[in-house]
Amino acid sequence: MTIATTLDRTLTAVPTELARGRGGGGPASKRVVVAYGFWIFILSDMVMFSALFAAYAVLQGNTAGGPTGAELFDLRSVFIETMCLLLSSYTCGLGALSAERRQPGRFLIFAVLTFVLGAAFLFIEVSEFARMVQKGAGPSRSAFLSAFFTLVGTHGVHVAGGLIALIYLAAQVIAKGLRAAVLRRLLCWSLFWHALDIVWVGVFTLVYLMGDYH
Amino acid sequence: MLGRLSWAAIPLNEPLPLLSGAVVGIVILAVLVVVTIKGWWPYLWREWLTSVDHKRIGVMYVVLGLVMLLRGFSDAIMMRTQQAIAIGSAQGYLPPEHYNQVFSAHGTIMIFFVAMPLVIGLMNFAVPLQLGVRDVAFPVLNSVSFWLTATGALLINLSLVIGNFARTGWMGYPPLSELAFSPDVGVDYYLWSLQISGIGTLLTGINFVTTILKLRAPGMIYFRMPVFCWTALAANLLIVAAFPILTATFVMLLLDRHLGMHFFTNDAGGNQMMYVNLFWAWGHPEVYILILPAFGVFSEVVATFSGKGLFSYRSMVWATLGICILSFMVWLHHFFTMGAGADVNAFFGIMSSIIAVPTGVKVFNWLFTMFRGRIVFRTPMLFAVGFIITFVIGGLTGVLLAVPPVDFVLHNSAFLVAHFHNVIIGGVVFGALAGINYWFPKAFGFTLDERLGHASFWCWLIGFYLAFMPLYALGLMGMTRRLQHIPDPSWQPLLLVAEAGAIVILCGILCQIAQLYVSIRTRERRLDLTGDPWNGRTLEWSTSSPPPAYNFAVLPRVETIDAFWHMKRTARAPVKPVYEAIEMPRNSPAGFITAFFATVMGFSLIWHIWWLAILNFLAAVIVVLIAGWSIEREEEISAAEVAQMEAGPVR
Repeated sequence: MTIATTLDRTLTAVPTELARGRGGGGPASKRVVVAYGFWIFILSDMVMFSALFAAYAVLQGNTAGGPTGAELFDLRSVFIETMCLLLSSYTCGLGALSAERRQPGRFLIFAVLTFVLGAAFLFIEVSEFARMVQKGAGPSRSAFLSAFFTLVGTHGVHVAGGLIALIYLAAQVIAKGLRAAVLRRLLCWSLFWHALDIVWVGVFTLVYLMGDYH
Repeated sequence: MLGRLSWAAIPLNEPLPLLSGAVVGIVILAVLVVVTIKGWWPYLWREWLTSVDHKRIGVMYVVLGLVMLLRGFSDAIMMRTQQAIAIGSAQGYLPPEHYNQVFSAHGTIMIFFVAMPLVIGLMNFAVPLQLGVRDVAFPVLNSVSFWLTATGALLINLSLVIGNFARTGWMGYPPLSELAFSPDVGVDYYLWSLQISGIGTLLTGINFVTTILKLRAPGMIYFRMPVFCWTALAANLLIVAAFPILTATFVMLLLDRHLGMHFFTNDAGGNQMMYVNLFWAWGHPEVYILILPAFGVFSEVVATFSGKGLFSYRSMVWATLGICILSFMVWLHHFFTMGAGADVNAFFGIMSSIIAVPTGVKVFNWLFTMFRGRIVFRTPMLFAVGFIITFVIGGLTGVLLAVPPVDFVLHNSAFLVAHFHNVIIGGVVFGALAGINYWFPKAFGFTLDERLGHASFWCWLIGFYLAFMPLYALGLMGMTRRLQHIPDPSWQPLLLVAEAGAIVILCGILCQIAQLYVSIRTRERRLDLTGDPWNGRTLEWSTSSPPPAYNFAVLPRVETIDAFWHMKRTARAPVKPVYEAIEMPRNSPAGFITAFFATVMGFSLIWHIWWLAILNFLAAVIVVLIAGWSIEREEEISAAEVAQMEAGPVR
């Protein structure tokens, strides 16, 4: 037995600076590493969204004689849309709890609910886009509309990607059960889904509420 | 069916790119034929193309960077030659149309496909070894990163023979880069190759931040990490925080070009200066993404070859982190002439000067490390000393440019060109070359030839000064950058000196090729059997050269900074270790296959072959989904096998 491995054994009981995951006690567990990496990914995604938000803020007033936000936005449908997404985060949270408790049946029910709410959100968004394009207010009408469609559309693409990933992960739960690797992926997915909520709160406030007020 | 692609895309009327394309094609074909005849494919596929070993991926990054250095350098020497002869009534041999592509490709390639692969390659190779662990946090993702970078490099080189490259400079400023003024494929080559390789770089950033913060040998608390790991951490944090801005900016420009949007157009409310702001909000941190790892290499090299611990380790760490944060507060100094007003310019001017303070701290730390040290002038140490002198000059001209009134005179002049080559060649390139000479024996088990190494260093150093000091003077004399034709004959003498400098640098590159060749031929005489050829201080020197796939049979226990030095000094009696089974990630073709589809997708997007692009995008997604389905990605090396490998010949 080397000094190193002996120390390793005894040190698992030592808290302080040598606690596992803080670096002192050696490599962190796989669950911590995967979730941590995914947090960093979400951070990078947030930076990308902030660049899009910045572009929107700069171009918001540049309507080039075309329609403004106040003329285009229908706050009632946007509110319903928002509620769908926020509720889907709630069901996503319940699904994550059932997965933690190793209840695949309950997890799948909440996954279906989350999917339906997310799909409803997307449906409302796409029909709003279609209505605007029909009115001649498409993304190539003005810089304002370019920024609007790109910011809101990028969020929409994220939601669509999240829905596809949800189907894929639900299939993994059915095929492989709630084992450690699948649980790690579900954890990442729910982090992703909640992060999209946070971005949407920004979109709802900065684009729709403030746009409607102007 | 084939979008914009037709036989007209091949520039038959321009012999130069076709000729160089043909030469490259023949070289590639010859390599493929040799590999096929010798039957090396299974070996290549198993040990390199599908490898998820961070050491192998690091080596592949460095090879990619060096190969692309040849491409970028041939662009450079073409430009120097053009400027040396196209004076007065002479028009030179490069027409403006072609010259503009050459300087755009030179900048793009040197930043994204030379400097980035070199520093990321060194980080890949050294960081997990220095941290005393077995691999990075996400080994398969690491392979994906590398192959996406290679995809970008491939696409940019395709533009040589199919279509053309951007004529917009390496920053691609609109409105010139908009559809109205650049209707052909050049800008699309630029945008898509950088988008695809940018995803690879972002994934690298995520991977290394997680690795450094969450995977370290037992006992390696933050303030025991080698300085190279600290600088790698800072550089990767910057990648995570800055590259998404570039991605978003390029998405906007692509939407303008592909879908007729108006982010940066002249009409319908577009805003060109927003592109410039966003571009440099990425671009200035990018400068530090490149230079911080080079600072790390020099810190290791100076300490090792002075036989002393690094002077004031903590101040080095804090200076690194300070630069990391300040790098986001200086971007506007790239365009003081925008007209943001005196107050804004003053703020950014002061911030840009302040960032020189932590850099100065670093310089003094290196000097005090050498002070009264036992300095051994091996090749990496020569590069380190050459760096300190050269970089201080480049830094001082940078402080000069940070003064807004001065910048109004020198903006876009040859002075600026001299400044950033001064810091990038003197800093990043010297750092990469020092790192390659330093870690080569660790990677391959034998040292590089010193005589040719010294020769390459002196050629690089003298060549650099000859090539770029005249540009400072020319800039002050009023010469602007990117001139295809020189209007003032009085500039010619200095331009000829610069040309001579480029040729001396060429000699340096030839020396390096010779160094590699000679070292491989005489490798039996230069074997590194100890695993510690330089009397090193950090953990990578505590394992064999080259290290086994698992790096360390038993994870080392870290009790101090310079852990391996401490182990050697305390000279613990070697206890016969008890080996345990080691789990290692399995090889995966996911990276290579994804990159294949990404290459075809990028090419079809550039040429508007939409159906092919969609098909390949779906294929790439399916590869990712298939790769994500598996549960068991590790294979176990049993304790007996480990014992056998450790007992065998050290190599």
